[in-house]
Amino acid sequence: MNWQIHLPALLIAVPLLGAFAAPAFANRRLRDVWFTVMIAATTVIAFLLWRRVGAEGIVVYVMGGENWHLTLPSGMRLPIRIIMEVDAFSAFMALSGSIVSFAGAIFSLRFLDRTTGGEKFVALYFLLTAGMLGMETTGDLFNFFVFLEIASVASYGLIAFWRNTPEAIEASFKYMLLSTIAALMVLIGVGILYGRYGALNMAAIAKSMQLGLPEKVALALFVAALAMKCGAVPLHMWVPDAYSQAPAGISCFLVSVSQASLYGLFRISFSVYGRALDTPAVAWIIIVFGILSMFIAVVMAVIQKEVKRLMAYHAVSQTGYMLLGVGVGLLALAHPQAMSEYGFTAMQGGIFHIINHAMYKGLLFLTAGSIFYASGTLDLNRLGGLARNMPYTTVMFVVSAAAIAGLPPVNGFVSKLLVYESSFAVHPILTVMALVTSILTLASFVKVFQSAFLGPARARFSEVREVPRSMLVGMTVLLVAILWLSFMPTWSLSRLVGPAAQALVDQAGYIEAVMGSGL
Amino acid sequence: MTGNLPFVVVGLLFAIGMALILFDKNLIKIAIGVSMVEAATNLFLIVLGYRTGGSIPVYTLAGEVKRMVLPTPQALTLTAIVIGVATTALMLSLIMLLYRYYGTLDVREIRRLRG
Repeated sequence: MNWQIHLPALLIAVPLLGAFAAPAFANRRLRDVWFTVMIAATTVIAFLLWRRVGAEGIVVYVMGGENWHLTLPSGMRLPIRIIMEVDAFSAFMALSGSIVSFAGAIFSLRFLDRTTGGEKFVALYFLLTAGMLGMETTGDLFNFFVFLEIASVASYGLIAFWRNTPEAIEASFKYMLLSTIAALMVLIGVGILYGRYGALNMAAIAKSMQLGLPEKVALALFVAALAMKCGAVPLHMWVPDAYSQAPAGISCFLVSVSQASLYGLFRISFSVYGRALDTPAVAWIIIVFGILSMFIAVVMAVIQKEVKRLMAYHAVSQTGYMLLGVGVGLLALAHPQAMSEYGFTAMQGGIFHIINHAMYKGLLFLTAGSIFYASGTLDLNRLGGLARNMPYTTVMFVVSAAAIAGLPPVNGFVSKLLVYESSFAVHPILTVMALVTSILTLASFVKVFQSAFLGPARARFSEVREVPRSMLVGMTVLLVAILWLSFMPTWSLSRLVGPAAQALVDQAGYIEAVMGSGL
Repeated sequence: MTGNLPFVVVGLLFAIGMALILFDKNLIKIAIGVSMVEAATNLFLIVLGYRTGGSIPVYTLAGEVKRMVLPTPQALTLTAIVIGVATTALMLSLIMLLYRYYGTLDVREIRRLRG
């Protein structure tokens, strides 16, 4: 179909339209309809784009050009326009992110009835969606910075949404300080690469990449900044504050937004630098970030007493698995034999873990939001016996907790197994750390389950009822996604994860889609 | 010799800004530090595109000239400045709210979230 050519542009344009029109909907019912319809449209577009990329390979879209596929107009040597380049990995991230944004939006509908200023919440939510999807589909480094800042500015506002609580303001300020510095570091890195190659397009830079000192400085800036933005230890201190203070629908979605920074990290190290990296140093740095994040964050999580803060530490810890998996893949990138033996499995594990984590951590945050909505507290010492009053929420919690702990047959088990198998080939200690982390994860979720849902009925919670239906619908979206990924692992690996890992490895294909094979 | 002078200024601005962010205890001064790092970044981009003796990169206004400064970094800087304004405004308003709740601008006393 012809209009499907414009899918990459629509993926950004629809949430932007949603954002800028949202303040006009002061009426509650109209606002809810607008929110639902536009976010559903974004998800459908992301799905269609994913299907198209699966069928036709990399989709390139030139913004503002006379022709959408004319990447090198009139014999130019470098692309001069802003190009969106969507390969299987981008489409995979966009699909995963938009499903979570849909679930978070449906969940937030009734949440907003308790506050004023809901239409501003909707506007910022759409801006956050647009920023995240833009980061994941752009093929231009500066454009990546711009979308990074759009997503960041929207998330400062949303984290501080309950601005009558000092803690929320403090969390937002902390995040803003780190995030602004990270974004400026990205911008300096982009400037260095522009100074060397006179181009901003990732494919064009990758084509002429020669690793010298300036490139190394730029790479160090990118890795440090994006590791900070995706919340890897030792730069994770904003994560527990921001995730625990934001409204639940936002915490759920922020997980996916920080994965967009993870996407940037992988995109830059694989597609822009890729084979020009002749040292294993970068891969080891990513692996060490991964191991540290996994272990330190899970130890911090075990001792938490507040449900959302505990879950936020787990978000850091689970990011470690993705860094470990894809880091092992980067280590094997230069050696075809190692790649086929364990590298590709590791990348599949890491990338599968991205979508798994987006779904189950999103669902966990939503169940935490439900607990708070229904009972008014998230303190584990005060909660208890909620399984009687909230049967559906309990089921959702059990499934997603099993998934994060990596219990078979739920989806977390599959991706963790892939990471264990392949990291063992690099060094057994990596696998040991990953296993210990998994056990501690299970321990801390057993603690939450036991103290929040089980136990005798508490008198002060006798009035607690199950949350409204729209919240349950939002949670069900993620529950279905988890069950789908759990019971169709072969389909997920061959149709969803395999192509994404392949696209990340295939640097030549990424360059060729923009620069052409001639030249 | 003046060729590398702008880069030295960029480095200085960056270092002063980072030092303020890392070591100062006053929120307003931290915000000033962020603005200085921003200014260093913008100056860096502009200097990258500068060509000695170049004219403005607008065809209709430049007249008959051989070299122009590069237009792309200027476009980048313009965008970065706009983003910087948004961030600074938001940062200052958050500082205002923090002052209202905590009654101080000292980062050591604004610490309810920990552990």
